[in-house]
Amino acid sequence: MDKSREGKVKGRRQTGECMKEKEKVPVSANKTDESIVERFVVSSSPHLLKDINIPKIMHTVVIALAPAMVVSIYFFGISALILILTCIISSIATEAFFQRLRKRPITVYDGSAIITGILLALTLPPSFPVLGAVLGSVFAIAIGKQFFGGLGYNIFNPALLGRAFLQATYPVLITTWSKSLAGSGIDVVAAATPLALMKFDGEMTPYLDMFFGNISGSLGETSVLAIIVGGLYLRYKGYINWRLPLGYLGAIFFFGAIFWLFNPSKYPAPLFHLLAGGAMLGAWFMVTDMVTSPVTPLGQWIFVIGAGILVVIIRLFGGLPEGVMYSILLMNSIVPLLDKWTRPRIFGEVR
Amino acid sequence: MNLKTFKHGIHPLYCKELTARKEIERAPIPKTVTVPLQQHLGTPCQPLVKKGDVVEEGQKIGDVVTFVTAPVHSPISGKVKDIERYPYPVGGKVLSVVIESNEEVKEWPENNTGLDMDLITPQSIRDAVREAGIVGMGGAAFPTHVKLSPPKDKKIDTVIMNGCECEPFLTSDHSLMLEFPEKVLWGMKVIMKAVNAQKGDRGIEENKLDAINIIQEVVRDISPEIEVVPLETKYPQGAEKMLIKATLNRDVPMGKLPLDVGVVVNNVGTAAAIYDALKFKKPLIERIVTVSGNGLTEPKNLILRIGTSFKEAIENCGGMIEGGERVVINGGPMMGVAQTDLDVPVIKATSGITVLTGDEIKPKIYHPCIKCAGCVEACPVNLMPYRLGDLARLSRVDEFKRWGGLSCVECGCCSFVCPARRPLVQWIRVGKVKLREEDKPGSA
Repeated sequence: MDKSREGKVKGRRQTGECMKEKEKVPVSANKTDESIVERFVVSSSPHLLKDINIPKIMHTVVIALAPAMVVSIYFFGISALILILTCIISSIATEAFFQRLRKRPITVYDGSAIITGILLALTLPPSFPVLGAVLGSVFAIAIGKQFFGGLGYNIFNPALLGRAFLQATYPVLITTWSKSLAGSGIDVVAAATPLALMKFDGEMTPYLDMFFGNISGSLGETSVLAIIVGGLYLRYKGYINWRLPLGYLGAIFFFGAIFWLFNPSKYPAPLFHLLAGGAMLGAWFMVTDMVTSPVTPLGQWIFVIGAGILVVIIRLFGGLPEGVMYSILLMNSIVPLLDKWTRPRIFGEVR
Repeated sequence: MNLKTFKHGIHPLYCKELTARKEIERAPIPKTVTVPLQQHLGTPCQPLVKKGDVVEEGQKIGDVVTFVTAPVHSPISGKVKDIERYPYPVGGKVLSVVIESNEEVKEWPENNTGLDMDLITPQSIRDAVREAGIVGMGGAAFPTHVKLSPPKDKKIDTVIMNGCECEPFLTSDHSLMLEFPEKVLWGMKVIMKAVNAQKGDRGIEENKLDAINIIQEVVRDISPEIEVVPLETKYPQGAEKMLIKATLNRDVPMGKLPLDVGVVVNNVGTAAAIYDALKFKKPLIERIVTVSGNGLTEPKNLILRIGTSFKEAIENCGGMIEGGERVVINGGPMMGVAQTDLDVPVIKATSGITVLTGDEIKPKIYHPCIKCAGCVEACPVNLMPYRLGDLARLSRVDEFKRWGGLSCVECGCCSFVCPARRPLVQWIRVGKVKLREEDKPGSA
């Protein structure tokens, strides 16, 4: 009990006073005993709330991202650590700067800027320049989040928007991959990702390497295992809805399977689609972003299935080897409409 | 066990163990009572007594000649001290009769023919229920005789007894079912007779297994035509429409009443009151009240006279624990009304008094919505509370109406689950008021 109280008070102080409720001033103070002064707190019902708050959710997501971060540092070494730290620090700094500028309470400790930083870092290649990472983080938080009004008001996933910005500004560097070299002593060797190998050379990568992450690619996209562990932890905590990751992966799988069945020699197997690129990271940490995903069940289905189909289309027919980023960003843009179109049937409503 | 329930809803911390297995205690007769003349939905009563009159326990002290109303009786014997507007636990002030006790206690002799199913008729039941001033005791306080008078063209096939008691902390219905199961069942039989229903269902949540067992035993003895339906423990299972969905899987259409789908729902407390009214000709002058919460020294289930002040009820439970902020609620924490004054009286619909202190008191600050969809998943009537809250705050009443704001049952699920601590129910309530103001003719 004491502990949870502490957490609440701390959380309140940390997140600052966004808005004060005028209804909740103590209304009367009367004495029943000489020594005891009672203060009645009056507010509108319900008077009991669930023990949950935004910092708690955000920090759980950070914990869930830990396995992917650890694995990326294991495979790519110190450069991965530097990139992750750079992105986190510049994201937090940008958030604080813009909140100060907008004369808003500084809420950088709620954990949302940290998540943006980590997610952006996990989508970058290990050899990506640090300055570029700083630029990407600034763009992600400033344009992607604060310009829209801060946490809760952004339309696009800030991390992906930062990544899209870097894709446009550093088109070469962001597609220069290095093979993971854990333990070999050599620093960096340029190598193509499984998706690029498939697309441009028609070469396949062993599934097991892709599962454990022993391939070239972005920091957090290589190890499927680490991402699934984190994702399942989030599901266990109840902070993500199963519809989103499973719908996304399912759509990629089935839509990929259609092409594969049509021409197995030309198109990759559906399992390859799931294990390659950012599909896993996207499924568990990007489409599940609360702010930028729909709130209605039907809307969520349309959102993830649409995004899943887009991934396959971009991968197979687009100019880029990877389609996860644009698939989610594109679907993000219609989320407000989806929420409007897919209002659930009100109980007892006759349509 | 495959338990029935409705869709959505929440699982709050129930905290019922504070009073769940405690025997019902009869509180001492209060020195004075304040009896509001409107304790129900409908027309307020006119006082039938004046200052200085001597009244007897159970004497009618307020009534009015309309259909949707319920008379008020004196809960104690004594002298009328005052008739004035006094604070009321649901908010505002209501014309109330203050009676000072002369410490006489009335015996209520048994009326042998009262429960003779061959002698009583639907009309005689309705008259007796009205005369006893019985209202829905689950919280809404709708006059019961009105509920028992379905229009001729509406056939009622099922009577549901509501034993869910889904509000956290409250155990008054639970202890009633444990200690007086026959009262509840006879009351239910009377209701079935009054509305001419063939079938009876009783919904009880599975966290009250002992009550389910006891009721099942009594059902076997008294009336096998009644079915006991164990339900999953979930809030707001006790809401009328949710309960009908859970037990019978029938949807009550928007803006319609349960009797439109052939159902009458009554609270178990109401059934027990009907039993007392017929068996002892005793009007509704006392009720079981759960006085609970972490702010109390000794939480209890008490039988309190209507009109007993909250202060006295709390003193009967050893008083509040010392110091600090507290919330005193008429009812349970999910839908109850916070009080500013402990002189307010217990009324017919007061199923509990909850006192919260310390970290149970909710935080006062809220944050931006992160569209976590928690409220949408929790809403038992499938609304989108986050959007309704914003529309209400922005006074966009047309959109508020289009998005179903008027269907909100104010159960509090959305506010409960909100990680941003947004007071959604409060905003939606304000939205409803704004909408009504705009709908008034001449104000547009």
